[in-house]
Amino acid sequence: MAWFKKSKAPIAPAEGKKVHVPEGLWTKCKNCQEIIYTKEIERNLNVCPKCDYHFRISARERIALVLDDGSFVETDPDMTSVDFLKFKDSKKYNDRIKASLKKAGGGDAVVTGSGTIEGLPAVLAVFDFSFMGGSMGSVVGEKITRAIELGLEMKAPVLVFSSSGGARMQESILSLMQMAKSSAALAKLKKAGLPFISVLTDPTTGGVTASFAMLGDLNIAEPRALIGFAGPRVIEQTIRQQLPDGFQRSEYLLEHGMVDMIVPRQELKARLSQILRIFQQKPAPGEPLPVPPVVEEAAPETAPAADTE
Amino acid sequence: MQFFLDFEKPLIELQQKIKELREYSSGTVDFSSEIKKLEKKASKLRDEIFSNLNRWQRTQLARHQNRPYTLDYIEHVFTDWFEVHGDRNYRDDPALVCGFARLNGEPCAIIGHQKGRDTKEKVYRNFGMPHPEGYRKALRVMQMAEQFNLPIFTFVDTPGAFPGIGAEERGQAEAIARNLREMAALTVPVIVTVTGEGGSGGALAIAVGNKVMMMQYSVYAVISPEGCAAILWNDGTLGPQAAEALKLTSSDINELDCVIDDVVPEPEGGAHNNPAEAAAQLKEYLVKHLAELQQLSPDGLVEQRYQKFRAMTRVNE
Repeated sequence: MAWFKKSKAPIAPAEGKKVHVPEGLWTKCKNCQEIIYTKEIERNLNVCPKCDYHFRISARERIALVLDDGSFVETDPDMTSVDFLKFKDSKKYNDRIKASLKKAGGGDAVVTGSGTIEGLPAVLAVFDFSFMGGSMGSVVGEKITRAIELGLEMKAPVLVFSSSGGARMQESILSLMQMAKSSAALAKLKKAGLPFISVLTDPTTGGVTASFAMLGDLNIAEPRALIGFAGPRVIEQTIRQQLPDGFQRSEYLLEHGMVDMIVPRQELKARLSQILRIFQQKPAPGEPLPVPPVVEEAAPETAPAADTE
Repeated sequence: MQFFLDFEKPLIELQQKIKELREYSSGTVDFSSEIKKLEKKASKLRDEIFSNLNRWQRTQLARHQNRPYTLDYIEHVFTDWFEVHGDRNYRDDPALVCGFARLNGEPCAIIGHQKGRDTKEKVYRNFGMPHPEGYRKALRVMQMAEQFNLPIFTFVDTPGAFPGIGAEERGQAEAIARNLREMAALTVPVIVTVTGEGGSGGALAIAVGNKVMMMQYSVYAVISPEGCAAILWNDGTLGPQAAEALKLTSSDINELDCVIDDVVPEPEGGAHNNPAEAAAQLKEYLVKHLAELQQLSPDGLVEQRYQKFRAMTRVNE
């Protein structure tokens, strides 16, 4: 048994033969824990090919997914938040805004604009969860309200794709008021007989759920998205009980009558266009058919890398 | 029941002393000069305490368990009150009281959160935290008010809508959201008073008004200070710091100059020191605002309300 005692250095890896795995080449699925080639996930619209888990996607990716190529015309891209309360937690709100702006390359937690879905004109507001957890302050509330007002003006349906932790604490009372403001605009849209479609994606909670996100003529959810009023942690702390399995997931909301349907990402665009065709307002007798607006200039579609954390 | 907050203690002790001296005063001994002196001291002390309250202390005042609640204001301000119950779907929610009454003889609808004073009633009222059926009952009454062309008065005093399994199952978010949209479209005057705690969406769901007022020592915020601290610092005991950051007092919100129309002054030492006087003061404001709103047409009311909330924006562009 002398070879147990052999003091030989381990075989050194040959120079230049070391395998370099670039950062982000592989992604671990949060649901099934499988390690998957990132490109494969991206090709599959950021849905896990093994278990169908829907990864969170950026607002720009969502727009590219839903709208016809080059049809998107963004509105209010330069609107930014103001730290009017001089709010400070571990960081100043002003610094948070700056850091998020840098990370997201402008805007705030929602991107708004108009475009076409299989040729049908629509107004869109799409949340970006990576911008301060998609939280709603004055900017988000104002952009969504303006999007609804644009829908009224264009006589076009309005679609909101939510992904948000709720109202933004850093703007305190004014964040709360955005819920009332945006919902009031929806009252006008409803009176005008225009469709409002709410698409709930992971996660949609708090003040966003408790305002426009639940007010869709149709509420559509992505599979397994967390959707609720209070966050699961808050509920557990309040009632001191373990929450049931699948609580506050899309499937649970469907069962309890809070959403109309669950639509996988791959089928979303087709389903939306199918719905919009059914809900399209018929012109009154003698009136001409509505013509989609002419898009002047295609907005540059820069699809940033998927947020696969 | 004797209940007081820490910072009220020196004042309460002084008042106790005055009371004792009064009791000792009889024909033979006269303490009237001492009593006068102490009363002067008490009034000075009260001014001192109440002019220097920090935001956390004001939050505690807003939650003071002797503070007048909706049913107290109804008793003092209105006549002919009767309560109605139930959302016609699931059950009645005692955390939100709804009914009809008269203000100076004029019929009106009333909606308000209701807290309890003793433990039993607190539990019965679920600490003023409504379930979805509470908001649906409120909506039913609001739409009835519209049907009979009655103005609506709402009184806000809740830590927030209840976060629980049943509440989620029955659509807490949907119930609140629907109220926001439907209140925006009401064709009758809606006058909102935040009387105690204005806690987040649970407060807002009955607070989309043509006029919104806050009682002097009430608070109004997007989240409770404790909830805010739990999220930001992972420590719910840091409420005092969060209260400072949230700027939730009536004076803070009045400074924003777009959310509330009036701050209703309270009696010395807060509404709980003299509920009748607090109610009388509030009544003047309610009457004043109602008279103003009655000048508007139904469409004018909807538009005024829309523009009021439309203007609540602070952005850079």
